[in-house]
Amino acid sequence: MSQIPPHPAAVEALTLTRCFDGLTAVDKLSFAVPAGTIFGLLGTNGAGKSTTIKMLTTLLPPTSGTARVAGFDVIRQPQAVRRHIGYVAQMLSADGELTGYENLLISAKIYGIPRSQRGSRIAQALEFMELASHADKMVSQYSGGMIRRLEIAQAMLHRPEVLFLDEPTVGLDPAAKHAVWQHIRQLRKEMGTTVLMTTHDMEEADQLCERVAFMHGGKLAAQGFPSELKADLGPAANLDDVFIHYTGASVSAERGDYRDVARTRRTAQRLE
Amino acid sequence: MSRERAAPPSAWNRFPQVGAFCRQTSAVAEADIRKLRHDPAELVTRMVQPALWLLVFGQVFARTHAIPTGDMGYLDFLAPGVLAQSSLFISIFYGISLIWERDLGIVHKFLVSPASRTALVLGRAISSGIRASSQAAIIYVLALFLGVHVNLHLSAICGVLATVLLGSAIFSTFSLIIACIVKTRERFMGIGQVLTMPLFFASNAIYPMSMMPPWLRAVSTANPLSYQVDALRALMIEGGQSPFGLGVDFAAQAAVLALVVAIATKMYPTIVQ
Repeated sequence: MSQIPPHPAAVEALTLTRCFDGLTAVDKLSFAVPAGTIFGLLGTNGAGKSTTIKMLTTLLPPTSGTARVAGFDVIRQPQAVRRHIGYVAQMLSADGELTGYENLLISAKIYGIPRSQRGSRIAQALEFMELASHADKMVSQYSGGMIRRLEIAQAMLHRPEVLFLDEPTVGLDPAAKHAVWQHIRQLRKEMGTTVLMTTHDMEEADQLCERVAFMHGGKLAAQGFPSELKADLGPAANLDDVFIHYTGASVSAERGDYRDVARTRRTAQRLE
Repeated sequence: MSRERAAPPSAWNRFPQVGAFCRQTSAVAEADIRKLRHDPAELVTRMVQPALWLLVFGQVFARTHAIPTGDMGYLDFLAPGVLAQSSLFISIFYGISLIWERDLGIVHKFLVSPASRTALVLGRAISSGIRASSQAAIIYVLALFLGVHVNLHLSAICGVLATVLLGSAIFSTFSLIIACIVKTRERFMGIGQVLTMPLFFASNAIYPMSMMPPWLRAVSTANPLSYQVDALRALMIEGGQSPFGLGVDFAAQAAVLALVVAIATKMYPTIVQ
């Protein structure tokens, strides 16, 4: 279990930039996530959140700038970064054609968890996410909330220092959503995991995140404690107001591109 | 929090990287084999096409004696060709599973893991090979039923399975490269259709190369499928001949496999970008 982390910032973006065909999706983004916190990266569709996560998880090389994750450079030490992170994609990354147990088993083998520990680690993970009684069911028969919990279990199996969650509750009903939140909190509490999550659900951000950063047009618009950001705008302001203030989100200014929207809806549909 | 690195299995203590590589490769293949075990229906539907080739096409052409195959009966000549063909058809569309898994987010899960990219590619190649090997079972049964002079020695059968595995690994990895280039299912299906028939007809699968006009013979010599068929003919049939020679067959296929795996390793991460 975590005592004092070896580095104060678990994730540190340093003028991180990514261009696609001349379009700058992420523009000189710098921020730091203190170890052991739940950090929310917020913004509209197309603000650059997913691109940022992809760069931090080594899926996408930055055009310029870099980031340090768990103390390692994403460009120069991608392999070391991968050993220390877990990632739950916005899409469904659990394999529906396998059982819950099999999904975890394959991950355990990929991550090189020694044979002697595999069984107990998998059992613990299933227990922790309250999936033990469904271990031998095909994932295609799981509910949306169960799939998300399985995916988090899978991403946590090798006990990563930093867990990336891309829109973890999109498409979930309120009960399933609260269950996922509770498990994320518990993870942080019991294992000291740093969680970096994206969302555009401000209730989620308010409930879960100790710190938040708002992205707009690929740039950092604001960051801080939710309570401060709200207080800055006035006594009655909620996080929705903060969101609208910093991202200028209005119907006409909405930037989300077709692919983003299509993907979100598809994920939401599958989870139902 | 655990910062300890996972210990490799004891047998591999001296070569931890090799051990990790083998473990990752087999885990990727295992995932696919487990899926097949949950739903083997695909294997059954896959059996229809080779059955048609042998029972209908094969029997008609054996009767017309239109294709000169030397001392070998036409069905003896055709059976290994049909095995290679059905393995090709399975493998060349294998890349679509990568696009499908990319759309789902499963590919992302593997790419954020510390698994070697080559292991991810090779694991898929092996699982495609195992799918293709299942075709051998139905083709052996049909061939025996049709009176083909099948070599039933264990070593011959193992040789056949190894050849199918190798050939399928080549074409499924080639298919993976195409998937990384075209990136969408629709475009992939189009290209898959365009590729299969030329690969099949520009090979020695259903007629000998000696019958071909020189240009086609040249194409066929450059076609990896020809080497697979050539090896299968020598291994699967009693008294079967390999015009290229088994050594050439395996060397050529191993070289092509090394090439496509190297390319696919480079391209695999781009599927999510």
